[in-house]
Amino acid sequence: MEITLDLIVFLVLAAFIVVSSVMAVTTKRILRSATYLLFVLFGTAGIYFQLNYSFLGAVQLLIYAGGITVLYVFSILLTSSQGDHAEKLTNSKMFAGLSASAAGLVICLFVTLKNKFVPSHFEHGELEVRTIGHALMGTEKYQYLLPFEVISLLLLACIVGGILIARKR
Amino acid sequence: MIHMEYYLIVSTIMMFVGIYGFFTRRNLLAILISVELILNSVDINFAVFNRFLFPGQLEGFFFTMFAIGISAAETAVAIAIIINIYRNIRNIQVKNMNELKY
Amino acid sequence: MEYTILLLILPFLSFLLLGLTGTEFKPKTAGLIGTAVLGIVTLLAYITAVLYFSRERGADGTFQTLIPFNATWLPFTETLKIEMGILLDPISVMMLVVISTVSLMVHIYSFGYMNGEKGFQRYYAFLSLFTMSMLGLVVATNIFQMYVFWELVGVSSYLLIGFYYTKPAAIAASKKAFIVTRFADLGFLIGILIYGYVTGTFSFGPQQQVLAAAGSLLSLALGLMFVGGAGKSAMFPLHIWLPDAMEGPTPVSALIHAATMVVAGVYLVARMFPLFIGYAPETLHVVAYVGAFTALYAAIVACVQTDIKRVLAFSTISQIGFMMVALGVCTSNDPHAGGLGYMASMFHLFTHAMFKALLFLGAGAIIHAVHSNEMMNMGGLRKFMPVTHITFLIACLSIAGIPPFSGFFSKDEILTACFRYSPFMGVLMTFIAGLTAFYMFRLYYNIFWGKPYEVSEDSSHMPHEAPKSMTFPLIFLAALTCVAGFIPFGRFISSNGESYTIHLSIPVALTSICVAVVAILIATFMYKGATQPVADKLAARFNGLHRAAYKRFYIDEVYQFITHKIIFRCISTPIAWFDRHVIDGFMNSLAWVTNMTSMSIRGLQSGNVQQYTIVFLGGTLLLVLILLLV
Repeated sequence: MEITLDLIVFLVLAAFIVVSSVMAVTTKRILRSATYLLFVLFGTAGIYFQLNYSFLGAVQLLIYAGGITVLYVFSILLTSSQGDHAEKLTNSKMFAGLSASAAGLVICLFVTLKNKFVPSHFEHGELEVRTIGHALMGTEKYQYLLPFEVISLLLLACIVGGILIARKR
Repeated sequence: MIHMEYYLIVSTIMMFVGIYGFFTRRNLLAILISVELILNSVDINFAVFNRFLFPGQLEGFFFTMFAIGISAAETAVAIAIIINIYRNIRNIQVKNMNELKY
Repeated sequence: MEYTILLLILPFLSFLLLGLTGTEFKPKTAGLIGTAVLGIVTLLAYITAVLYFSRERGADGTFQTLIPFNATWLPFTETLKIEMGILLDPISVMMLVVISTVSLMVHIYSFGYMNGEKGFQRYYAFLSLFTMSMLGLVVATNIFQMYVFWELVGVSSYLLIGFYYTKPAAIAASKKAFIVTRFADLGFLIGILIYGYVTGTFSFGPQQQVLAAAGSLLSLALGLMFVGGAGKSAMFPLHIWLPDAMEGPTPVSALIHAATMVVAGVYLVARMFPLFIGYAPETLHVVAYVGAFTALYAAIVACVQTDIKRVLAFSTISQIGFMMVALGVCTSNDPHAGGLGYMASMFHLFTHAMFKALLFLGAGAIIHAVHSNEMMNMGGLRKFMPVTHITFLIACLSIAGIPPFSGFFSKDEILTACFRYSPFMGVLMTFIAGLTAFYMFRLYYNIFWGKPYEVSEDSSHMPHEAPKSMTFPLIFLAALTCVAGFIPFGRFISSNGESYTIHLSIPVALTSICVAVVAILIATFMYKGATQPVADKLAARFNGLHRAAYKRFYIDEVYQFITHKIIFRCISTPIAWFDRHVIDGFMNSLAWVTNMTSMSIRGLQSGNVQQYTIVFLGGTLLLVLILLLV
């Protein structure tokens, strides 16, 4: 297997994602955790770019990195009280979580790698935004106007709900 | 040439790291962050499957996109709830949430 | 005569009113309510008696049995049903008169006697309850109604004996009375059930052919019923509760434990008399022997008791024994042949109720005056309490069988019946009659004569005559005692219902008078003086016998031994052990296992979502593994 630039970029990205996600769940400080999450999201966006889903990568950066992470940071700053470090885990709990996750990981990887996927081929070429727009706005088969509207409604409900829950009584 | 399985390995690792975080973290926001990791790994899977197995179609793509939107919504509501809890007990540690009042 | 239902309803309403309002009324008002209701009831009873006995006799020369009211309560089959009603026949009407009279007197008397007691209203409520139950018992139309009211009188007796519920002795006595009579009532109930089984009915008069087919089971049923009656009427060996029942207030003793409730057993046997005589004459003879033995035993014990109420209690037992004997010696239905005892028994019941109530009320007046039950603390009271003295003397003469007082006539009939049955029985009963005269006069001399009353230092404690409310009943009952003997009793009540003219049997009468007079003279000789040298010497001479009699021949101790040593130790203790260790242990271990299990698995329900998810993940992985491997 020849080493291509693509592969190198992927490996770097993969390593970056894995390390960042592990750091995100193990670091003691919640704010650092959020920062590592941001890194993971960046890495994910990189993977989308590599898959030639530039639009998706942009969306990921915009919504996740730009929106959600900022939300996290704000809420962390709002809710963190003095000395609010994650308390020390008891060994047994840590072991239970670790072993369950590891077992799950092994099984899933086993299944994934053992499975023979249908012959796959990587189709290069950027997905045009025009295509996306048509698919999103059409009502034909393989077109997604209804989910789009539903999700807009959901977002509206979330806005209302978020305000309602979080407002001062 | 990057095999599809490579992506899947990365996403699987990410998924179980998220699950591990979900089990072990004691802070509500940290748990939420773990959930984001899980969601993100699934998103990757959808995009990868779409790209490698069904290149001419857009289902996986749109699923990822909607999932991103929904996760944003979910985060917003969850954080609203967490802030509400914090306002009530000045704390967002899981172990303190034992009075079914909220 | 439908109004007779009021006889039961009025006292019951009075009981409800007084019992449910607690202490709402002033004590005086409560007493007035109870007494007024009882006055009305008494009036009704008298009217009933007059109307009933002035009716035309039926074609066969008997008074017709009337059932003015009858309601079916529990129908089991066509014939086997429990009814609640009113039955009027000569004996029930006679009992109505006796009960209401004595009860009214006791109500009036209690005004004085119970004055200032705590629980005055409760007392009157219980009295009303008792009167209602007793009246219901005698007018019962069937054996089961009788049983219901039988238990009701038992419970009201229990309540009244335990009236001074702060006194341990009273509590123990009430429990004893209740348990002993309950124990006997078990026999009664079984008897009733067998009776219902063999005759197919609870009524008093089943059909002839049914009875003829019943055979020996009927004797068994009647015998068991007699066990119930023996418990209520304190026949040996179930008599032990009656002396202790004297712990109750004295008017209660007069009403319940002398005049009315304790004769319920006699009444029961009299009520079942046609069946006894027709189908179980041998059972009737058992009744006679039990009665005779009881009479003898109680008379001997009464001779040495020193508590005046206990003397009267044993005297009551003895007199009830007389009534039982009179019933038991009957050999036929015909009063001219062998059925005289029935009439004699009822007659004695009637007169005994009057003079024994009088004796108890007199004793109450004495106790009221000297604040003691013991003969030792009395003596020479005749100067202080003339009315009580005279009335008590009349009662004593009556119970001793001295003409012209009522006891003479009824006792004479009993003795005549006994002599007709067998000379032995006649002689025995005459002897007991002599003993009766002796111990009654021993009591009388010890109270009113003997050593002069020692006035204690504070002269405020002089014994004094009882108030009017107490002397009136005494005088009334004394008057009754004087005249009751001249009632032509046989015209109203006889074994076959036909009119029967009492004629004194001169030899029997003379013998019994002589015996009584001799006994009284002996008592006079022994107890009249200030000191009692003869009595003391006799007591010393027959020390063992005296002690045994004083201890009531250790019957209570025998019971104590049987219950505590044998039943408790050999039966109850193992059962209790079994219950405590095996049954409770099983239950406890069940509870323990449940407890331990839940303790060990309660961690599963921690309410911690993270823990739930970890289990959830484990389960999912397990499923995946199973799917992969299979």
